[in-house]
Amino acid sequence: MNLTLKIWRQKDSSSKGQMVDYKVTDISEHMSFLEMMDVLNEQLVNSGEEPVAFDHDCREGICGMCSMYINGEAHGPDRGVTTCQLHMRMFKDGDTITIEPFRAAAFPVIKDLVVDRTSFERIQQAGGFISVNTSGNTQDANSIPISKHAADEAMDAATCIGCGACVATCKNSSAMLFVGAKVSQYALLPQGQIEATDRVLNMVAQMDAEGFGNCTNTGACEVECPKGISLDNIARMNRELMKASI
Amino acid sequence: MALDSKVPKGPIKDKWTDYKNHIDLVNPANKRNIDIIVVGTGLAGGSASATLAELGYNVKAFAYQDSPRRAHSIAAQGGINAAKNYQGDGDSFYRLFYDTVKGGDYRSREANVYRLAEVSANIIDQCVAQGVPFARDYGGLLDNRSFGGVLVSRTFYAKGQTGQQLLLGAYSAMNRQIARGKIEMFNRHEMLDVVKIDGKARGIIARNLITGEIERHSAHAVVIASGGYGNVYFLSTNAMGSNATAAWKIHKKGAYFANPCYTQIHPTCIPRSGDYQSKLTLMSESLRNDGRIWVPKKMEDVLAIREGRKKPTDLSEDERDYYLERRYPAFGNLVPRDVASRAAKERCDAGYGVNATGEAVYLDFKSAIERYGKEQAKLHHLTNPSNKEIYDLGKAIVEAKYGNLFQMYEKIIDQNPYETPMMIYPATHYTMGGIWVDYNLMTTVDGLYCIGEANFSDHGANRLGASALMQGLADGYFVLPYTIGDYLSNDIRTGKISTETKEFEEAENEVKERINFFINNKGKYSVDYYHKKLGKIMWDKCGMARNAKGLQEAMVEIKALREDFWKNVTVPGTANEMNPELEKAGRVADFLELGELFAKDALDRNESCGGHFREESVELDGLQKGEAKRNDKDYAYVAAWEYKGEPSEAVLHKEELEFNDIELKQRSYK
Amino acid sequence: MSGFFKSSIGRKVAMALSAFFLMFFLLQHLAINLLSVFSPEKFNEVSHFMGTNSLVQFALQPVLIFGVVFHFVMGFVLELKNSRARNISYAKNNGAANSTWMSRNMIWSGIAILAFIILHFIDFWFPEINTKFIQGDWSGLHNGEFRYFHELQEKFVNPLRVGAYVTAFVFLGLHLAHGFTSAFQSMGATAGRKKTLQTIGKAYSIIVPLGFIIVALYHHLNHNH
Repeated sequence: MNLTLKIWRQKDSSSKGQMVDYKVTDISEHMSFLEMMDVLNEQLVNSGEEPVAFDHDCREGICGMCSMYINGEAHGPDRGVTTCQLHMRMFKDGDTITIEPFRAAAFPVIKDLVVDRTSFERIQQAGGFISVNTSGNTQDANSIPISKHAADEAMDAATCIGCGACVATCKNSSAMLFVGAKVSQYALLPQGQIEATDRVLNMVAQMDAEGFGNCTNTGACEVECPKGISLDNIARMNRELMKASI
Repeated sequence: MALDSKVPKGPIKDKWTDYKNHIDLVNPANKRNIDIIVVGTGLAGGSASATLAELGYNVKAFAYQDSPRRAHSIAAQGGINAAKNYQGDGDSFYRLFYDTVKGGDYRSREANVYRLAEVSANIIDQCVAQGVPFARDYGGLLDNRSFGGVLVSRTFYAKGQTGQQLLLGAYSAMNRQIARGKIEMFNRHEMLDVVKIDGKARGIIARNLITGEIERHSAHAVVIASGGYGNVYFLSTNAMGSNATAAWKIHKKGAYFANPCYTQIHPTCIPRSGDYQSKLTLMSESLRNDGRIWVPKKMEDVLAIREGRKKPTDLSEDERDYYLERRYPAFGNLVPRDVASRAAKERCDAGYGVNATGEAVYLDFKSAIERYGKEQAKLHHLTNPSNKEIYDLGKAIVEAKYGNLFQMYEKIIDQNPYETPMMIYPATHYTMGGIWVDYNLMTTVDGLYCIGEANFSDHGANRLGASALMQGLADGYFVLPYTIGDYLSNDIRTGKISTETKEFEEAENEVKERINFFINNKGKYSVDYYHKKLGKIMWDKCGMARNAKGLQEAMVEIKALREDFWKNVTVPGTANEMNPELEKAGRVADFLELGELFAKDALDRNESCGGHFREESVELDGLQKGEAKRNDKDYAYVAAWEYKGEPSEAVLHKEELEFNDIELKQRSYK
Repeated sequence: MSGFFKSSIGRKVAMALSAFFLMFFLLQHLAINLLSVFSPEKFNEVSHFMGTNSLVQFALQPVLIFGVVFHFVMGFVLELKNSRARNISYAKNNGAANSTWMSRNMIWSGIAILAFIILHFIDFWFPEINTKFIQGDWSGLHNGEFRYFHELQEKFVNPLRVGAYVTAFVFLGLHLAHGFTSAFQSMGATAGRKKTLQTIGKAYSIIVPLGFIIVALYHHLNHNH
């Protein structure tokens, strides 16, 4: 199929960017979206132009590096996938596809479609851990029984890949699904209880300091999340914060 | 230089304990004055950074991605082995040790593997304490699954995302130390050379991938944890950015490279669909527990399927060739990874591949669905269930076991694997070879360590399922932090290492020269053009089956390709900006050298062992006719290569392997 | 605790608390309004009680006014803050793909309701304040009868006003369609009972505005002139 691509080009963080039109031809429907981008870039390199910079790594939907806003949706029109697992069969011959970086004040553009998500790192550093010594001299793993239900629920929260689609898709650029997932994972496990109060206070304070917006419960994040992280995690974080504040 | 593995004396089960009791330690006050650089922050590098910082050292950690959480350790699905014997099925340190050495086809160092088995249990304790949500049974205790043809259930798992959860555990431990200021994290930085002063590793040169700035970083010791080199094949299950640059640079500065030819080709990957393919996706080996592998018996059916005139479901049982069951009646579809991969290649080479590229075989769940369906019908007390009822009941069981994999397959291939057989083909997955290290995990350069997949590791010639995660975390959490102290105890009076020395300057200039070359070359072909060509040579001639003629040709072809690369490669953009093409150029340049050494090593090893299959070394008669033939008399050694300017001129150093605690046997799956 | 209401989540909770209060108030208001359809006498009695009881007038009424003002001011403050969290907007954004129109446009349905409240104050509240506090007439009588029912009916003669009221109630419904469950979610009360709350929320957001609309239309069609 033949496609027109409208892509955000921006030289570096201090430059002003704009949308630029490109054409690609003979795209196979079996290609992944990023393979289609590879074709475009090969074309650009061969004609001496600078290829489009975009983040990607594992290309199997787990590393959370890829981050495009495609036709008005984070990771494009398919559900439960990252951009690297989006396939061209979702598009039709002759389509025009708009490709933009994830946008949020807390995710400044580095170049083209590459954004800086280190605000997520700082939130994790503020409390996204259990303070346990890495000496291996901890108690036996089976000395803390955890109900299967709690373990499974913690696992569901822990599957977050930190891609930032929740922020990108939220009309308020809120990071609450991301933070809620981490707070929930530890809140659901006995190991995480000891620091629960400080954790939620510190992580939420850091989230606010980074300039993310406020959640208005539109639920868009849950729909666009490639790992289907549930809104329940935000509710749980709200509870945790109330508990911690009282 | 003679290789000294520095394995401690004494009985194998006491070596590690005795060793720890007798090494020199660094006092806590002195640790504050010692800097350590860790390159790569996956399972091995991340866990090492966290522990070293916890101990009190100042750690500088480097990752090319925007966060340690992106490392490709995250993609491991199945699980992590540990000799906990929670199931009471007779597991022990010795048994895990034995399985690992045997699975590695007797090409690993006994003492290292025993230590790995010993610390494996600590890993699980550590990870649970960190909040890793391992799967639990209804009693609230940890659940296990069996994996990869061993006789006990010792694999711990977190759904199909064990690697992700373990990596996030190590990442959280790192975050805690970053917050404390004990780890300085350099995201989006790539190491481009190591700096040696007076024969010791004292720093690195790194490029800031956002600004393009070349930076000098000094330390008292350098740890390389940059993963494997599977991307030398261009197509692999590795991440797009996975590269061998850090490992290759230290090789060029004096670290020996061991067993580069040991590569694991994983049998159950999603096949390539066209030339545009950028990477391959692995599906868990567990699929072979229930799936049956086949190709059509008759060539006319193959052609009819390829042309769309027939569907695989149109073929009757008689028209199908279940070649693994035919060749290996004892193990059938559950033969080890290397055997399954080679058998698929054999059928496809004979022309029986079932997709347009001719490189795919079927993995069929029809029998499993039927079998489970009948079982369930009995359980539900259905008399005379209809075929539809049986199918629905069976499908539900298969869905519960493999649902996420089936869904992933359907997303990529756009076919429903419940209705039509899956297509699979082998793909490069893991590299057992890597930088040679001694018992302390130190390379042949003083103060330079190598851990995780980047070292030549504990897996010998073949790695068992669920062992990669175990080794990465063992090295990082529990081994390196001890062994490095022994070395650093001599460095407490050294003081801060200056970066204003001629060694740093020289290394920096070399790096800059190379970058300038790429930017200014204005050649004809893109970096990917060369990478794809290299990948094709590697796959065709250094792939699942190798022979002397092919390997010799490969060496010549890779050298010619490398020369062409240095004449005609083109890299757009400039050096002082984010430039992904420039990053790729440097990595492919290194692969173009590594590939040649790979072929040279494969040529030298005229035996078949583990992932390395030489067509010249097969059983000639008897039950095992045509199967891999290991040669313990001549090849029970680690091949460690010393760099001498050209890969073809590398000098071989042998570390003879001694087996005192395990008897060497031929593997048989007939 | 003071830090709590400065945090993003604290503000959400404050929005939710004021919303709960307002939603409860709506129920009470609707109940009294419905009385006017079934029994003008009862309506007059209750209205007189509400209009003259000092607890209602001097305790509940200020709290209600504070609740309304707080909900609006906080709503605007958060909207402003949220819009600052994305400095460059998307060239193409497909919000309909992942969220409801109601959830994305709370500010607009809110503004419509604010406009209505101003109208409503002009219609009822200011005259009440004038009668009671400026003229000092606390009798509630007009020509010897309770004036409340009569005043109510008079207001719904003009079809334009009725139209404005009905439109405003539609916006109220849209606001509640998202707001009801949203308030529970903000309080962290949805986990595990999301389906139930959604059903109740849907019912509430339809029944309550519809009730107000029915009352308005009833009086428009049945006024005694």
